[in-house]
Amino acid sequence: MNTFLQLVLNGLGKGAVYALLALGFVIIFKATEVVNFAHGSLVLIGGYFVYATKDALGWAGAAALGIVSAAVAALLIERLLITNARNADVNSLALLTIGVDVIVTEEIVRRLGADIPFVGDPYDALPLQFAGLTVFRTQLVALIVGIVLITAFFLAFRFSTWGVAMRAQAENKEAAALMGIRSSRVTATAWLLAGALAGVAVLFMATQDFSGAGLGRGTHAIALIAFPAAILGGLDSTVGAVVGGLIVGLTEALSAQYISFEFSKSAVFLVMLVILVIWPSGLFGTRELSRV
Amino acid sequence: MGVWGRCEPHHDVRVLSVRGLDVRYGRSVRALEGVDLEVGADSVLAVLGGNGAGKSTLLRAVSGTLRLHGGAVAAGEVWFRDERVDRLDPAQIVRRGIVAVPEGRQVFARMTVEENLRAGGLGARSAAVRAQARERVAELFPVLGERSSQRAGLLSGGEQQMLAIGRALMSGPELLLLDEPSLGLAPQMVGRIARIVGEIHSQGTGVVLVEQNATMALDVADTAAVLEVGRIALTGTAAELAASDDVQRLYLGGHAESAEQAEAEQEEARAHRAGRTLSRWAG
Repeated sequence: MNTFLQLVLNGLGKGAVYALLALGFVIIFKATEVVNFAHGSLVLIGGYFVYATKDALGWAGAAALGIVSAAVAALLIERLLITNARNADVNSLALLTIGVDVIVTEEIVRRLGADIPFVGDPYDALPLQFAGLTVFRTQLVALIVGIVLITAFFLAFRFSTWGVAMRAQAENKEAAALMGIRSSRVTATAWLLAGALAGVAVLFMATQDFSGAGLGRGTHAIALIAFPAAILGGLDSTVGAVVGGLIVGLTEALSAQYISFEFSKSAVFLVMLVILVIWPSGLFGTRELSRV
Repeated sequence: MGVWGRCEPHHDVRVLSVRGLDVRYGRSVRALEGVDLEVGADSVLAVLGGNGAGKSTLLRAVSGTLRLHGGAVAAGEVWFRDERVDRLDPAQIVRRGIVAVPEGRQVFARMTVEENLRAGGLGARSAAVRAQARERVAELFPVLGERSSQRAGLLSGGEQQMLAIGRALMSGPELLLLDEPSLGLAPQMVGRIARIVGEIHSQGTGVVLVEQNATMALDVADTAAVLEVGRIALTGTAAELAASDDVQRLYLGGHAESAEQAEAEQEEARAHRAGRTLSRWAG
């Protein structure tokens, strides 16, 4: 029982990180209809800035800079590539982001050289013991940070002016334009926010606790888990992204323990396939809502 | 209100002025050709015409949304008061005071009625304008207040049309563009929408009303224009047009049961007229 509780807690912690990534992914998709395959490289950019400035700025300053740099990188992709190609097909834009992902990832891996640094200094590799449970501190901090950020996001999405504009534009671009909503502002903030969330996520991903994979191709591979999380939740659903992230985190943790560690990555995709067979547009994906 | 217009000589009585407008979709499709139109301050202009006549295109050109449909202004100008607006983006145009209600209502179906109205207020120039507009919408459409927390997609067609108009009024426009507000509504609801348009107009907002339902449109309008395959075929006061033989036959006589029928009748009438004037169609 204790093992199970431990797994659930650690799984939810990982799931919260996947949820942050999937949420960013879904926000971008809702605002621009582009599937952003460069999400993994945003994670690496954030992590790289933390690694490069940690000694000079201290961990907290470096973490803040990392988050900002991932957000700015996302904004640059949006301004330089997505907005400029206004009439391009969204599928070509998705392929374009693959190109960005390859270039950025290769460059960062080249810069890191033989290093695969960890970036979670204050909490990494310091397991907590309580009530007979052993919990990774990284996962616990991730869970708390995830809950705070995701709650803040949903409050803003539901009640703020930005949220209303964003939802209006996601639902009907033309009607939103006719209301005087500035579409370029909405898309820019969507990318900024998604980048910032990726910058937060990497602070937990490139750690000893999370997977043992330091910053580099390993972290990038973990970031790819955000895709099945977003897809099984429903690509256009913010709630779905969070639920999807948690399902993926739990699936990974439980299957690694009860089946095998090697199987855990496949388990995530198997769960995604099963869910998509039953609900083709994901758990919370758009079902038509209108009365004629 | 017209008296006020004359009292201030520097204030142009024409609010909206469309001059020699050509619109194209892609390279070859010419949707509008040399269209000239004027909308007086505080008046209702009805734009009549069948499917594909270019009515919606005209509203898209004025509201700046042609680009979203792959169209562009190829020639001509659109002026609002003393400013040229055909190069502005939709958000800028809304801030100048022109707001359009698109064809098919297009409410935000997954958002509540209240959120739809809030979205409509995002283009308002100031919070004071928004608050004033909010009161006006509540007075015009009490039903929206009753449904405020309901999802817009679950409203009836007539209620959705009211929401679409209310949402557009939320930014306090000076000129309201309506694209076929009667489409798909029961006759009773069409009458109600017509009264609402009249009321909006009497409160001092200019209206451009694009309609296939000519009876309703000419009833509310001061002036009217008929579009035919991208060109202005007729203009005049609403009364003149209602009395004109062509309009009688094309838009008022038939009481077409469907768009197809209306189009067939128009086609027939067009051929008939062409027969009168162009010899190569004769025989």
